[in-house]
Amino acid sequence: MTSFWSWWIILLTTTNVVLVTWLLFANRTTTLGGGQTTGHIYDGIEEYDNPLPGWWFQMFVVTIVFAVGYVAYYPGMGNFKGFGGWTSLGEYQEEMAEAETKYGPIYAKFNTMSVEDVAKDEQAVQMGQRIFSNNCSLCHGSDARGSFGFPNLTDGSWLYGGTADAIKTSVSEGRKGQMPAWGAVIGEQGVTDVTAYVRSLSGLETDADANQLASGKKVYDATCSACHGTDGTGNQALGAPNLADNSWLYGSSPARVAYTIRTGRNGVMPAWKDIIGEDRVHLVSAYIYSLSDK
Amino acid sequence: MSTVTNTSSYNYKVVRQFAIMTVVWGIVGMVVGVFIASQLVFPDLNFEPWLTFGRLRPLHTNAVIFAFGGSALFATSYYVVQKTCQTRLFSDSLAAFTFWGWQLVIVAAAITLPLGFTTSKEYAELEWPIGILIAIVWVTYGIVFFGTIMKRKGKHIYVANWFYGAFIITVAVLHIVNNIAIPVTMWKSYSVYAGAQDAMIQWWYGHNAVGFFLTAGFLGMMYYFVPKQAGRPVYSYRLSIVHFWALISIYIWAGPHHLHYTALPDWVQSLGMVMSLILLAPSWGGMINGMMTLSGAWHKLRTDPILRFLVVSLSFYGMSTFEGPMMAIKTVNALSHFTDWTIGHVHAGALGWVAMVSIGCIYHLIPKLWGKEQMASVSLINTHFWLATIGTVLYIASMWVNGITQGLMWRAVNNDGTLTYSFIESVQASEFGYIVRAIGGFLFLLGMVLMAYNTWVTVRSADPVKANAAAQMA
Repeated sequence: MTSFWSWWIILLTTTNVVLVTWLLFANRTTTLGGGQTTGHIYDGIEEYDNPLPGWWFQMFVVTIVFAVGYVAYYPGMGNFKGFGGWTSLGEYQEEMAEAETKYGPIYAKFNTMSVEDVAKDEQAVQMGQRIFSNNCSLCHGSDARGSFGFPNLTDGSWLYGGTADAIKTSVSEGRKGQMPAWGAVIGEQGVTDVTAYVRSLSGLETDADANQLASGKKVYDATCSACHGTDGTGNQALGAPNLADNSWLYGSSPARVAYTIRTGRNGVMPAWKDIIGEDRVHLVSAYIYSLSDK
Repeated sequence: MSTVTNTSSYNYKVVRQFAIMTVVWGIVGMVVGVFIASQLVFPDLNFEPWLTFGRLRPLHTNAVIFAFGGSALFATSYYVVQKTCQTRLFSDSLAAFTFWGWQLVIVAAAITLPLGFTTSKEYAELEWPIGILIAIVWVTYGIVFFGTIMKRKGKHIYVANWFYGAFIITVAVLHIVNNIAIPVTMWKSYSVYAGAQDAMIQWWYGHNAVGFFLTAGFLGMMYYFVPKQAGRPVYSYRLSIVHFWALISIYIWAGPHHLHYTALPDWVQSLGMVMSLILLAPSWGGMINGMMTLSGAWHKLRTDPILRFLVVSLSFYGMSTFEGPMMAIKTVNALSHFTDWTIGHVHAGALGWVAMVSIGCIYHLIPKLWGKEQMASVSLINTHFWLATIGTVLYIASMWVNGITQGLMWRAVNNDGTLTYSFIESVQASEFGYIVRAIGGFLFLLGMVLMAYNTWVTVRSADPVKANAAAQMA
């Protein structure tokens, strides 16, 4: 802030408060005396010239005195920092440093252990669960069973792998799942055929005949198998879902599957290492690992 | 009306119109309020896309503040300024324009908000074409009001008119400055402000919408109708001078307390906090002047439910203007911010003060405007009074409990540094409070329905000759 605006603020606020204080003191006593009216009558309404109530007057003065003291100690008067040297950033850093001394050792202990070992520690899993509740449950649900477009973390079906390392990488670095839109490439008939074929891989009921499944397989082999594999079991290096395990991120109905194939899907898992920090990533990964380990 | 009656009679037509619409919009706004309160208990009541909480909530706030509260302010200010200045409104046609213009604004709000058109600025959600219409209507309102003040018979201007005048001028400034935006299509615009400045302008507007629309305007109402209904002189002329100037000058600085612990610079937060604390005494000045005006007339409370409305509204006013400065203290705000406590605080003011004082004034006005002795049923007014009081108490108490529960749950930390509760647990803990709140709101609404019935019967049985005679200047 330039010194002009700083003085602008100081003068404006000070003048305002000084004028109000003057008005308060100037009207402390009455000229006519209590019980007398001012003589004005408005539609039959008169006004007494009673003095200001004493307790109200004092309360007013106390708030003004407090305000003056407050802006002397804390920042408030433009660029003047206040005698207390307080800043909100300073308070934040102090509290964070305090928390670090208090809780740091707990996290440090678990940091030296592998995710697999941490997952066996009861205290660590409880901490991980609370971190999960406050950060992950919004998408994956309080019970970690996911919802439409958000993976179920308890069913043992993993897009990017269920090893401790893979889980920690997913949490720490985030993931971007991309299914391209195939509608324009394979045509509407192709979408219908391949839908029937893909659903049959998971053993879902379908009214498609052998011919249709055959032409679906043909499209699949040419278009889908590069990522999802010739047998449909997917590819965790790419995050291409296993299509044969009857675990469906975007629904298993013919309409849903067809939509996924036709228009594609985009899934984003944010990178959490900068949001909650390495220590908590480690614990929450162990918690997630413990869920599927059962 | 002929020109002869125009000079010897008051313009009651526009007052009658606004008085009736106060009751109508009150019911509409509160129906929406009870509905969205129910949505928080039964989420299945969200019908996509038009009837979802996100779209109906601004409809509720706009309807109760600007449609209900606004109509009450127009009705009473047009009445009070004529009666206390002993003169007819400055212009009948401009007054009629403000009535129809304001109704058009409200209807436009009721259509565009459910359709999803919004600036996303709280209490200023209406998109730019409606914003411009509001500005035009408001400036016209100012011309009618101050034109009438200029025509006044006496030398002095009554205190009620100071408050109405300050409210009209400041709301014009607030509305115009906060709504400056660049339109991109018919129903979409972008604010010219950005970042922390945008937030500050918004809450300078938002808090002074409370300070001037919902406080100064309604204090104007109080200063006429309380002494009138009590038949007593105003307690202290000096107190009214001191608290008027202190209130309108200090209020302007209080907005930053809505942005504690944000990107707003520290110095702005400090100033906002101390100015909010200084505001306590000026705010209470109005309560004291209203309450003490009743000294010597307390016995009337036993028989006069209108006076009960006015007195209880002053009590809620005193309570919420004490609570406000307390919540502006940063330490308290750290607990209360983003919780239901804020919602409870707002409704202590909105239901307890704004709605109750308006209801009392409208009950006083309706018989006078239609040349009747009193409302068709005084006992129904009493029933309304109890429904409104109990409804308000249920509302505020449940939100206090919810708010403090939420604030404490959110900050609870385990000895390993993790948060004790997840957000959803605080939502689950709030369910009972939401049920009680919805019941409180429903009782309040029920009272408004009784008011509508009472008004209907009173107005329908009015004698046109007597109604016309009532508008004659004495």
